[in-house]
Amino acid sequence: MASFIQLLVSGLATGAIYALIAVGFTLLWQTSQTINFAQGEFVMLPAFFILIAMNYGAPFWLSCLIGIAVSIVVLGIAFKYIIVDPMLKHGVLPLVISSIALALFLKEAVKDFYSSQAQPFPVLVEASDVHIFGAVISSQSLVVLAVAIATVIGMTFLLNRTRLGRMMQATAQNPTLARILGVPVRRMVLYTFLLNAVLCAIASILISPIYLAKFTNGETLGMAAFLAAIIGGFNQVRGAILGGVILGILDNLSAAYLSSQYRAAFPLIILIIVILVRPQGLLGRVEERTV
Amino acid sequence: MNRAATISIAFAAAGAVIAPFMLKPFGIFLISMWAVLTIAAIGLNLTLGYAGQVSMAQGAFVGIGAYTLALLTQAGVPYPIAFAASGILCFIIGWGLGYPALRVQHHYLAFVTLAFTTIVFLLLRNEEWLTGGIYGVNAIARPVFFGWSTGKAMDYYFFCLGVLTVIAFAVWWMLRSPWGRAFVALRENPVRALSLGLDTRRYTLMAFAIGSSLGGFAGALFASLVQFIEPASFALNRSFDLLLMVIVGGSGYFMGPFVGALVAVLLPEWMRVTEGYYLIIYAALIMVMMPLAPYGIVGLIERGYKALTVKRKPPAPMLTPERTAP
Repeated sequence: MASFIQLLVSGLATGAIYALIAVGFTLLWQTSQTINFAQGEFVMLPAFFILIAMNYGAPFWLSCLIGIAVSIVVLGIAFKYIIVDPMLKHGVLPLVISSIALALFLKEAVKDFYSSQAQPFPVLVEASDVHIFGAVISSQSLVVLAVAIATVIGMTFLLNRTRLGRMMQATAQNPTLARILGVPVRRMVLYTFLLNAVLCAIASILISPIYLAKFTNGETLGMAAFLAAIIGGFNQVRGAILGGVILGILDNLSAAYLSSQYRAAFPLIILIIVILVRPQGLLGRVEERTV
Repeated sequence: MNRAATISIAFAAAGAVIAPFMLKPFGIFLISMWAVLTIAAIGLNLTLGYAGQVSMAQGAFVGIGAYTLALLTQAGVPYPIAFAASGILCFIIGWGLGYPALRVQHHYLAFVTLAFTTIVFLLLRNEEWLTGGIYGVNAIARPVFFGWSTGKAMDYYFFCLGVLTVIAFAVWWMLRSPWGRAFVALRENPVRALSLGLDTRRYTLMAFAIGSSLGGFAGALFASLVQFIEPASFALNRSFDLLLMVIVGGSGYFMGPFVGALVAVLLPEWMRVTEGYYLIIYAALIMVMMPLAPYGIVGLIERGYKALTVKRKPPAPMLTPERTAP
């Protein structure tokens, strides 16, 4: 039981990080039909922005802020205007290809210009163990969980309770109608790109101490984001959160109780079942398609 | 097909026959690889370019084909039977993978096929009793036909080129048949295709199965070409590479895969001078190309050719913009 709780908490922590990445992913899809195959690399990269800032002597907290700011510029603004906007009129597939190329580009750039070795990354709090119901839980998992939950709550508040957030949701749900109602649609689309960049940067800060900062990190993280988004529901923010958490817990429990060799396969099997049985995802709405 | 295209294809074919006589062994290896990858890309072009079904599983089918050939020939099965088995097995599995395509479209399908590729990779890596795990399979045989051994690089190249030619003609014939028209209808407007009485269900499965079987044949040739296969050769990257080949060459164009595979094989060699930066440059080129020419190199050539030939014709007097403008 104790080990079960341990696995559950660390699974929740990983799942919360997956959820952050998946939420950004679904936001981009909703507002601009962008399937970002480079989403994993978007999480890998901010850690290196932070490391570069620290190499110049900035303290960790300042480096994190710099990292988030640079992410907003590079992964938000530059990504939207340089990669996405010129591709939109060509439809979904060319943009998918472009983002696959972007993922390759970012990965190789980090490998060639920074390092191909895994880099140690500073932790948010000193590692210590917390005892709950006889289970030993690392303080790191708890902090990751707390930050991720705070981010999710903050974002939900932004999206549901503020005027800005409602305008963003309106843009996501029906751009034409939103424009008629006076929502500045273009700016809202840009904001979702910025929000995605911030979420990726936060996820990067949370996950890099665990996985170490390495140029290949994006491969597994990007996959996790897709899976979480599809399992939960591509067109719902809370679906992506649910998907992320399910994935994180499943990942840890299956590795411990079923087979560590095939731990990567279980989420995929769930994915295929979900797509075949309930293609809109667990919490998703059915999208009405025009012929 | 117009004359200019016929002439350039004839020249390219002659080039493919003459090339090995002027190349060193490594060069022959490269053009053999080109022939092999072209077959896989033709298969993906059928699924993606003609039938419009996004598949990220072609690399996995190349893997299944390669392992089938390697394991069967090592178990003593004659080469032709093992070769056929590679394609047939991929046909059956591809047919099965087509079922999700009946339910979901576009990006969902991309992810199902992506998941399939990863699962195949995990099976190849983990089932050591069958596949040798990360150590792969060694010493894969090259075929001998009626005393003609393809053990040497040049002989094997001609074997690959022969298979490519047979497959290219078969696919070309198929695309001109009602089947090919049905595939295009599936891509352009599935609802209308259905309402015109096409069995879209069967054609979707067919597009997947045939495309996958070509992946399997390519895998069989690949195994004998490199003579050592390991799971990492057939991970997600291989599927991405094949997808990029089809798109870069021109998806939905018959000659697209030939050009795309040529670029993918030759570019790394030409860019040796850039040392490790090849992949960065390749990725950047694709990102630049996509917005400018999403229809690929062959599409670009065709449009350029059309633009040139149309310009030479005198415009019809009644339709000049000066007259029609108010």
